[in-house]
Amino acid sequence: MDQFDAIVVGAGLAGLAAAYTLAGAGFEVLVLERGDYPGAKNVSGGRLYINPVRDLFPGLLEKAPLERYIAWEGITLMAADRSVQMSYTGRELREEPRQSYSVLRSRFDRWLAAQAEKKGATILTGIRVDDVIKDSRKVTGVLAGGEDLRAEVVLACDGVLSLIPERAGLRTPGMPRDHAVGVKEVIALDAGTINERFHLEGDEGAAYLYVGDATRGRFGGGFLYTNKESLSLGIVAGLGDFLKDGQSPDVPGLLDRFKNRPEITRLIRGGTPVEYAAHVIPEGGFRALGRLWGDGILVAGDAAGLALNIGFTVRGMEYALASGCLAAQAVLRAKEAGRFDADTLSVYERLLEDSFVLKDFRNFQAAPAVMENPRFFDHYPETIGDLLRDIYAVPAGPKERLYPTLRKILRPGEIWSLFKDLKAMARL
Amino acid sequence: MSAPVEIKAKLGLDVFKPGKEPHIRIKPGLERDPRLKPAIKACPAGLYTENAEGEVLLSAEGCLECGTCRLLCGLEVLDWNYPEGGDGVQYRYG
Ligand SMILES: Cc1cc2nc3c(=O)[nH]c(=O)nc-3n(C[C@H](O)[C@H](O)[C@H](O)COP(=O)(O)OP(=O)(O)OC[C@H]3O[C@@H](n4cnc5c(N)ncnc54)[C@H](O)[C@@H]3O)c2cc1C
Ligand code: SF4
Repeated sequence: MDQFDAIVVGAGLAGLAAAYTLAGAGFEVLVLERGDYPGAKNVSGGRLYINPVRDLFPGLLEKAPLERYIAWEGITLMAADRSVQMSYTGRELREEPRQSYSVLRSRFDRWLAAQAEKKGATILTGIRVDDVIKDSRKVTGVLAGGEDLRAEVVLACDGVLSLIPERAGLRTPGMPRDHAVGVKEVIALDAGTINERFHLEGDEGAAYLYVGDATRGRFGGGFLYTNKESLSLGIVAGLGDFLKDGQSPDVPGLLDRFKNRPEITRLIRGGTPVEYAAHVIPEGGFRALGRLWGDGILVAGDAAGLALNIGFTVRGMEYALASGCLAAQAVLRAKEAGRFDADTLSVYERLLEDSFVLKDFRNFQAAPAVMENPRFFDHYPETIGDLLRDIYAVPAGPKERLYPTLRKILRPGEIWSLFKDLKAMARL
Repeated sequence: MSAPVEIKAKLGLDVFKPGKEPHIRIKPGLERDPRLKPAIKACPAGLYTENAEGEVLLSAEGCLECGTCRLLCGLEVLDWNYPEGGDGVQYRYG
């Protein structure tokens, strides 16, 4: 029986952030990862926003293998037969410090693992943790590969399905309505073509989101991000819809359909698909957060439900990095106190409350309910598409005056429901 | 439905290390349970199919370990675990 100060389950961002922080403070940390290498099981869109986490890891993330910094944002309302696009760039996106980068997790996680190892963490891969070990009520270790491994504290950073907190009795299996499934293709394309096609220079990157027909008018959306020499193309679709009726589209078909839209084909032309990935994302927001601590155990990252969809961003990576780091800080405080019981470890929640993590979750607690509104995904993309169609149309005969054209689409009933929807959005 | 060949081709891009035993199973006798049906459309790897007898079949080979079926169908109808350590999909990009 081996004894460690702390055992971290999962070498994702949360687990590696925790291990990096703990090892940096001289803790004997063991990280157990079921993949062949850190990142082998992990999927993200992936956009990482650096600002909120920069100070938690001084001098670290600047050296990370990031793909491109996002200098161009694009959002497209996709109707069945047309689409309306808006794009944004600004000096603030191009100047240092840059706020957001595209990343590929397999590379990024391996690099972060190497940094944690340099600090002294032990990372064992290819090992699945099967259970927690408890002495009376306190978690005192884990069972992995038939072996008992003991520690003062276990950090469950095992991702969205959160099987380890489930085993520890901290939570029950999640509900479909609190989750979305993301499917993604990585498409290799040379850097020169990417730059030309997306109007980029050097390391600039573009991040495009697509709402509406990308998910056939259902909750979710499509994304296209530029990496150094590849594109990340995917869709995210709410799982709740799959239980509602028999009409739900099939997920692989949804991605193919999106991929075959004329708006997309011209962006990926000539590229070679090199990977197909899928992963569930927690999207229930504040209401659906799991329990964050117990006797001898802390939960961080997706395992705690710490990912947030507020429409134009799906963010989980910063929350994983930050919560892993703060869980580690809670462990350091518990060490000082000499106790790892639930009461002592509950300082973790206070640290999260004081940080951007739970502040964001509180500020955006209405987001899941607001975004359940199907009109955002179906009605508005079609209506705004129609509006633009009619404004731009030049028929064979005389063109109608603009005002009557607008009135045809923006009827009083339409304006009233738009008003109501905007009012609901005011809760964001 | 996107044609099975297309999904197969996509899965062919991924690196898999096959396990000894399937890590997800439909509980014996529950193949006709309606709770399995949503996975037929929702599984990103298209691994759930329905035969002429109305039974849902699952072949866990090619599983992307996404978790969709665990959430949608639930543990009353599925025995669900991750593959053993080191087995299963190994993403090279993620
Ligand atoms: C398609 C898609 C797009 C996304 N886009 C974005 C985005 O653009 N920006 C963003 O910020 N977030 C995005 N997210 C969310 C983001 O990827 C997650 O929030 C983030 O990966 C969570 O990190 P984590 O460390 O908590 O969990 P994970 O990265 O899932 O890591 C969990 C780790 O635990 C390991 N593990 C699990 N169980 C065990 C066990 N029993 N034994 C041993 N090891 C185990 C796993 O192998 C894995 O390495 C996206 C997600 C998806 C699926
Ligand atoms: S985990 Fe995902 S890929 Fe695997 S069988 Fe279930 S739904 Fe399909």
